[in-house]
Amino acid sequence: MTQTKAKQKTVSRRDFLGNAAKGACGVGLISLALGAAVREAEGKLPADAIRPPGALAEKDFLSACVRCGLCVRDCPYDTLDLADLGTETVTGTPYFNARKIPCEMCEDIPCVVACPTGALDKSLTNIDDARMGIAVLVDHENCLNFNGLRCDVCYRVCPLIDEAITLERSANERTGKHAVFIPTVHGDKCTGCGKCEQACVLPDTAIRVLPERLARGKLGEHYRLGWEEKRKLGKSLIEGQHIIDLPDRGYSAPAQTDTGGYKGFKP
Amino acid sequence: MSMKHPGTSAIETKGLWGAYKWLILRRLSQAFFLALFLVGPISGYWLVKGTLASSLTLDVLPLTDPFIFLQSLLAGHVMETSAIIGVLILSAAYFIVGGRVYCSWVCPVNVVSDSASWLRRRLGWKKTGIKLPRQSALWVMAGVFVTSFVSATLVWEFFNPVTILHRSIVFGAFTTVAFIAGVMFLIELIGGDRIWCSRLCPVGAFYGLIGKVSLVKISAKNRKACNDCMDCYAVCPEAHVISPALKGEKDQNGPVILSGDCTNCARCLDVCSEHVFEFSLRTKNTMDDVRPFEGDADKDSTKAA
Ligand code: SF4
Ligand code: SF4
Ligand code: SF4
Ligand code: SF4
Ligand code: SF4
Repeated sequence: MTQTKAKQKTVSRRDFLGNAAKGACGVGLISLALGAAVREAEGKLPADAIRPPGALAEKDFLSACVRCGLCVRDCPYDTLDLADLGTETVTGTPYFNARKIPCEMCEDIPCVVACPTGALDKSLTNIDDARMGIAVLVDHENCLNFNGLRCDVCYRVCPLIDEAITLERSANERTGKHAVFIPTVHGDKCTGCGKCEQACVLPDTAIRVLPERLARGKLGEHYRLGWEEKRKLGKSLIEGQHIIDLPDRGYSAPAQTDTGGYKGFKP
Repeated sequence: MSMKHPGTSAIETKGLWGAYKWLILRRLSQAFFLALFLVGPISGYWLVKGTLASSLTLDVLPLTDPFIFLQSLLAGHVMETSAIIGVLILSAAYFIVGGRVYCSWVCPVNVVSDSASWLRRRLGWKKTGIKLPRQSALWVMAGVFVTSFVSATLVWEFFNPVTILHRSIVFGAFTTVAFIAGVMFLIELIGGDRIWCSRLCPVGAFYGLIGKVSLVKISAKNRKACNDCMDCYAVCPEAHVISPALKGEKDQNGPVILSGDCTNCARCLDVCSEHVFEFSLRTKNTMDDVRPFEGDADKDSTKAA
């Protein structure tokens, strides 16, 4: 204790600087340790953990979500859950596993309404605009439709049937006389609700909702799709430019059908 | 220090209720706050929804933890209005009742810390373990803020045993409850006396800052009656806060325990057989607020030399 008449303690300049230096070192060391640990813990969201509708991009989401679980509580279908300690998903953050319980795409989006922090973005007012992930038909070998059967279950359960997922018809090469109907997801419409993943009749689903980073490729910036350009322009881009049409050797085109295709065409 | 367990003479003079009143009230308060959160998941009637991080009471009152709010702000996210309102309400409440009231009346880790500390006293380990400087919790707090800013994420929420424990209880993840409670117990038992709550926890440090200006405070109003039994020092989780007020007579200090570290747990009120301490206000801190000594000849004084 310092010897003073007044009640305040005197702190020498050396003490003060010493304490400040000690404090700065302490804070620095702790920050380094915390930073390293956080980087380790943050990791990457596992592919089968899907964030609720309206969730900000993962990095921003982790700066906003306070792990309160209000979104979980207000989901009428018990879709959402908070990640437990020791799982790959950041502890306490909301997610769902589509194969277990998918998102039912509530019209009033109660989970987003409940979120107090803005981690689930309130500007999402139409659930069809949600982008929780994108469904991908990952297993072409086991999907029943790919094998020429008419399962169609993923297609039928889709809340955006014929928009987010369509059946694309093509020839069944195995039988030579039937058609196959390929379930095809359209990334610009699919919300990632996971209804299809949950409904797939296989013991292990052939269609899965994946985060966009895994589900999507990217066309080179300079790429132009000719037919798109043609549609935009309203006419062919090469018409009248004296393009030389070289003769097709060893191949005589069969008679064209009414729709412009070739009957019985086999590559 | 008497050879008896602290509080023994308080039991003799005040009876069991008198010597444990505040401890019992505090445990009831901790159970009460937990119960508020548990009524919903158990009964389906949602009194309070959410967790200590952010909650909604009766579908109208939002409450959000100011420490988490600040981390989020530093991480570059501005929360929505309802969370901000929640932060303001909660901060105002703690400005009145005392910052670290959160620690001793609400936080679920406190029960674990208190039990570990009790066991340490019983085992005579009070002085064993790692010694950390008193400011270390503030350093951790500053570290959390710095890292939240640099890595743009809610740093402490990756580790926070307070919110993880509370969340696991409310959401029924009982393995995690046992794990966190066990780890915290061992840290406090073996690591050192109150090593977590008074030396490391940045949440406590943050509420301690609010406590530096908060209104309701403990006052050693009747300090002239102190018989130097030291029981209050033995039970106080932040024993350094007591002296400036209790022994402040010669320095002309007022009787109020001004330190933000004091948790307003009121255990000192319980164990003091001389009724030295009572709840008071920060403003009642002049020498006139000290109660004059009413000499009591047949007091069983254990005054040490
Ligand atoms: S939209 Fe509905 S079903 Fe989907 S997560 Fe939100 S509340 Fe649950
Ligand atoms: S309600 Fe918002 S802040 Fe709370 S857990 Fe859900 S996403 Fe996170
Ligand atoms: S996830 Fe499946 S069911 Fe949901 S919108 Fe996309 S394709 Fe449809
Ligand atoms: S110091 Fe931290 S863990 Fe301890 S009681 Fe306070 S908030 Fe809880
Ligand atoms: S001074 Fe009293 S009220 Fe404050 S922490 Fe210590 S025992 Fe608790």
